Amino acid sequence: MALLQIAEPGESTLPHQHRLAVGIDLGTTNSLVATVRSGLAVVLSDELGRPLLPSVVRYLADGHAEVGYEAQARQADDPRNTIVSVKRFMGRGLRDIANHEGLPYVFDDRPGILRLHTAAGIKSPVEVSAEILRVLRQRAETALAGPLVAAVITVPAYFDDAQRQATKDAARLAGLPLIRLLNEPTAAAVAYGLDNAAEGIYAVYDLGGGTFDISILRLTRGVFEVLATGGDSALGGDDFDHRIFCWILEAAGLRPLSVEDARMLLTRAREAKEYLTLHGMAPINARLNSGEVVDLTLSTETFAEITRTLLAKTMQPVKKALRDAGLSISDVKGVVMVGGATRMPQVQRAVGDFFRQEPLNNLDPDKVVAIGAAMQANLLAGNGRAEDDWLLLDVIPLSLGIETMGGLVEKIIPRNATIPTARAQEFTTFRDGQTALAVHVVQGERELVSDCRSLARFELHGIPPLVAGAARIRVSFQVDADGLLAVSAREQTSGAEASIVVKPSYGLTDDEIALMLKDSLLHVREDAALRALKESQVDAQRLLEAVRTALASDGELLSDSERARVEADILRLEDAVGGDNRRQIMLAMDDLEADTKEFAARRMDKSIRQAFAGRNISDIEAAALPARSGEMQ
Amino acid sequence: MDFAGDHFSLFDLPATFRIDSALLDRRYIEMQSQVHPDRFASAGDSARRLSEQWATRVNEAYQTLRKPLPRARYLLHLAQHDIGSENNTAMPADFLVEQMEWREAVAEARAAGNHHELEHLHHRLQRALASRHEEIAALLDDQHDLEQAADRVRRLMFEEKLLSEIDDAIAAGEE
Repeated sequence: MALLQIAEPGESTLPHQHRLAVGIDLGTTNSLVATVRSGLAVVLSDELGRPLLPSVVRYLADGHAEVGYEAQARQADDPRNTIVSVKRFMGRGLRDIANHEGLPYVFDDRPGILRLHTAAGIKSPVEVSAEILRVLRQRAETALAGPLVAAVITVPAYFDDAQRQATKDAARLAGLPLIRLLNEPTAAAVAYGLDNAAEGIYAVYDLGGGTFDISILRLTRGVFEVLATGGDSALGGDDFDHRIFCWILEAAGLRPLSVEDARMLLTRAREAKEYLTLHGMAPINARLNSGEVVDLTLSTETFAEITRTLLAKTMQPVKKALRDAGLSISDVKGVVMVGGATRMPQVQRAVGDFFRQEPLNNLDPDKVVAIGAAMQANLLAGNGRAEDDWLLLDVIPLSLGIETMGGLVEKIIPRNATIPTARAQEFTTFRDGQTALAVHVVQGERELVSDCRSLARFELHGIPPLVAGAARIRVSFQVDADGLLAVSAREQTSGAEASIVVKPSYGLTDDEIALMLKDSLLHVREDAALRALKESQVDAQRLLEAVRTALASDGELLSDSERARVEADILRLEDAVGGDNRRQIMLAMDDLEADTKEFAARRMDKSIRQAFAGRNISDIEAAALPARSGEMQ
Repeated sequence: MDFAGDHFSLFDLPATFRIDSALLDRRYIEMQSQVHPDRFASAGDSARRLSEQWATRVNEAYQTLRKPLPRARYLLHLAQHDIGSENNTAMPADFLVEQMEWREAVAEARAAGNHHELEHLHHRLQRALASRHEEIAALLDDQHDLEQAADRVRRLMFEEKLLSEIDDAIAAGEE
């Protein structure tokens, strides 16, 4: 007879499982994936030992895509099908892209989000980004020998709702179990702060390939509180390359170039920029297809001169963020430099001069974001030890508002509000018997709708027909911990839930994503049904883990009969997970979710009571978060 | 747990205008470290939803209490005292004249691109705000004169709006 295993109260019945979690830096120029292995955050390299994956995707006529170095090597001879810096296109329309006429791509001219004609068909930036993420996912699953359970993807802090949503959609297309979008400077602050046991006010100056962010944070005993953020989501190292490119054209007296020659000279420009990091002069040599020869030398001084205005452009958001945080330069204890573009000497000098201190460069500016993201993914997946605990309090970068009469914006949620956050607003009808209402949501700081970014139009239907002005429709705007907006509406007098139709201005609809998901799975010859089954198994395992942990720590919150029902659900789900019937897994998950809903509420109450109880302890310090020890790394 | 309780009781603080802001900060962090969505990232749907609601609630309470103007307005709201209309007609003439003088000074400095003068106006107004806060503290916490307090809070609203206009002018000058 088998003996029943009985666990000690408060102890999980299972040995602690390490859940496979990764952090991904989806960059404009390069992307990386990192994970925490035996307490140490490491970047995962490809089979040739290269940590970076160039964010370049080349589409082939057979429908396949090359990603990374392979695609990068072909950009000069196949520029139309080789997409570089796709991050600049995320959540954007064609009109938003500065000098898109100069780009070698064939753009689709439909309104809404930008799309590209490639040899493999029309592609949205979400699909292109998903190709990059898919390669990183495969790299991680090979290195970690198993399917991922949790992924954190970083986004520029200054990304608006449409850009964040596009990133989330790309993760979904790539089959990544995304649990959080994390702001890049915040990720860098985590990596830096935990590594250095830093305390006080820090600025993170993050100049990437195509985006610029500045975040002002307060670091106190394991709490990373973003006080203000600012930036420019269309300014980065690419623009410095472009300045050199223009300088070459002028200095060599070149006429308009073919797309191939232009792509080649841009590559030479980037090489010269990188060379100038360590040298005073950079040679620029090229033989164009037109037969013309370029033979120039670019000095550090000239480079600094032609990029002066770009640097000045980064300083405006820095000043604004400091003012928003109510701080001055002398309050800033350290300036952390992030992003490959901060390697340029003139950037280091300008930041040092502004903050009147040497910037901090002790972490690799290419890797620090991925490292921080991996640490956060590890924590969110529940792999952290009790002493490795920290809390991130981040903000929304741009105000959210709605269009009112006369094309004006009424701000609903101000910029730099700590997330998650919510605001409700009441609307009424202006015609007798009106049963529908349209709400236009915009993001930005300007007063005119036309100067802000259009996010979406929400149509509310099912409003009870009443006389004009009698209906009271309460529209709730909720921004979650990923910085993403959700809208819900209720008619106050009748209590009717108005249904909402969302039309994203620069995004994909759920149907479009579903279709792409189907297509992409067909294309990579992964079995769609098998993939879906695997995903539901991963979800089910995560739920089972969560419920088991909850039962082990707070089982006493359930009555015997409630507990019996939950345990029966667990058994049924465990059974289903072992099989290959996805529907059964989903049904069993629904049951377990339903039967633990009240349990979750009681646990939350208990946590909150604990927060209160902590205050009665005479030593209030002991009730706060555990002090950071520098032993994470 | 009392989800609908007032913001002060959420942080276990007395409902007064004068507030121990270091204690408020600490209690805010204590609460968030219990309820924040990052604590429930791997939990089930219902726990995640609850956590988001709680974290939102805690953020709202903190944002209301940490700054003097929303805190004062909230105290008046708790006392069911309407602060009245937000338009000029409700304000006494001498206050409006004073506001006009301020605005003229800002417009002049802005037109002349006088950054130094704008900074000076910013600091002068901040000093005025500090004494306004003390006045409101005395009215709300000591004299319990809600009528007068509401009047001073209305003035404070004008002054804060003016401060943000000065800051916008300073920002515009930097561009």
